[in-house]
Amino acid sequence: MNLLNVFEQINTVDPEFSDRISPRREAIKNLASISKKITFATLPFFVSELFKKAYGATAPTDVNGVLNYALTLEYLEAEYYTMGVAKAGLIPSGKPLGAITNIRDHEIAHVNFLKQVLGNKAVSKPTFDFTAGGTFGNVFSNYDTFLAVAQAFEDTGVRAYKGQAGILLGNRVVLTAALQIHSVEARHASHIRQMRRARGGAAADQKPWITGSNDTGIGAVVDPIYAGENNIIQAGVDITSLSGHMGKISSNAATQAFDEPLAAEAVLNIAGLFIKA
Amino acid sequence: MKKITSKTALTSISDSEIEKKDFRRRDFLKLTGASIASIAILGMTSCKKDHDNDMDNSGKGMYFGSGDIAILNYAYALEQLEAAFYIHLVNNPYSGISEMEKAFFTDLRDHEIAHREFFKMALGAKAISSLEFNLSGINFSSRASVLATAKTFEDLGVSAYNGAGWLIKDPNYLLLAGKIVSVEARHAAWVRDMIDNGSFANQEVVDSNGLDLAKSPSVVLSAAAPFIKSKIDVKDLPTY
Repeated sequence: MNLLNVFEQINTVDPEFSDRISPRREAIKNLASISKKITFATLPFFVSELFKKAYGATAPTDVNGVLNYALTLEYLEAEYYTMGVAKAGLIPSGKPLGAITNIRDHEIAHVNFLKQVLGNKAVSKPTFDFTAGGTFGNVFSNYDTFLAVAQAFEDTGVRAYKGQAGILLGNRVVLTAALQIHSVEARHASHIRQMRRARGGAAADQKPWITGSNDTGIGAVVDPIYAGENNIIQAGVDITSLSGHMGKISSNAATQAFDEPLAAEAVLNIAGLFIKA
Repeated sequence: MKKITSKTALTSISDSEIEKKDFRRRDFLKLTGASIASIAILGMTSCKKDHDNDMDNSGKGMYFGSGDIAILNYAYALEQLEAAFYIHLVNNPYSGISEMEKAFFTDLRDHEIAHREFFKMALGAKAISSLEFNLSGINFSSRASVLATAKTFEDLGVSAYNGAGWLIKDPNYLLLAGKIVSVEARHAAWVRDMIDNGSFANQEVVDSNGLDLAKSPSVVLSAAAPFIKSKIDVKDLPTY
């Protein structure tokens, strides 16, 4: 399948494209505004002008925008794991190094795939600062910090893709590919959560799925990444009002069973902390 | 069924290809050789009188509806299957099950019940009734058999949502599918790691572009058919 060719045709052959996505965008905005409000209320971060400079725009509004938004996040993850794997003595050899290397290879594959789809419309790679201006100063010397930031990236990635699905509605090639990347990020998140759980300490009770909001043990610094994950209302249905195995479905199960999207603005704010220029 | 017109197809699929999305038994049979065996099983089962369903007004099985409703019923059917499996598993744990495995399988059971009950509520009068399943091929006293089945179901669920996403017309339904599929992927990764630590996203499920599996509804139903006792009518379920 020639992805590039198909992609070109979306923009050129389809004159009603923007007409059709605008009502959808409205719907997405309405859905997103809930999580956006929560996010900004708890946000200790500032809007990153640096990210805007690197990315050249704010929230994506079209297919190209979504792909470049995804590409930027994949650049971030690919470089992060590449640096982590390259740092001697950071990741224990054997299963841990094997898993992180596997994840690194997926993120590099995502970068290459998205660049291929975007062709000359692809944004270039920003310059990253994985210490987030010193917040995670030991990110490449302390294995637990490295895993904590990895988990933050993976759980953010899952939420970020979900938040953009509506713009890709009905798009066989691009939506399907985005979903295929999205579930790989979720597999990564599950595994890294298991790795952190096995390390014990603050993450000892953490599960491969997200319970409530910020179950990470990392602290308030990652609150914006999990804001709204404690939602128990789906399409107007209170999940805890439904019948479970015995009695009603618990609040924990209700939040675990549905991962929540994150509005692009919130994702950009989070990613922006790790971007220098 | 409502035809999918070129107006709603964002990609460059030709009209003749779009026509194929109308689910027809003949096309179903043409899709894969493997599916034929599964359909035969389904057909034979459905001939037995004791499996006739009360909701079956047409004599053709439980009707899933068309368009988004059919896709929601398709998801509802898969969630019913997963829930039934985990309910049985937690009620009949294999010997030597660890505390962590028991706790996490209980979580999986409760997640799938939440998905199942959500779809039932969201579909309202358009929901198919409860399906009957055949889990007799699974050895619930064997950890290996249980984990292998869980892996099959979770990977299948991920591929089902990934493959059906672009067929969904309503952005709210698409978002809901997205909220559920990543949880299924978290499950799949955990189950796989229980079988072999580090296999959470191996080459069985992730290709060289870093992409997970995506399967059409017809392919997924073929894979699920051996487990589904009830007779189902998916002639208007969008597929490709």
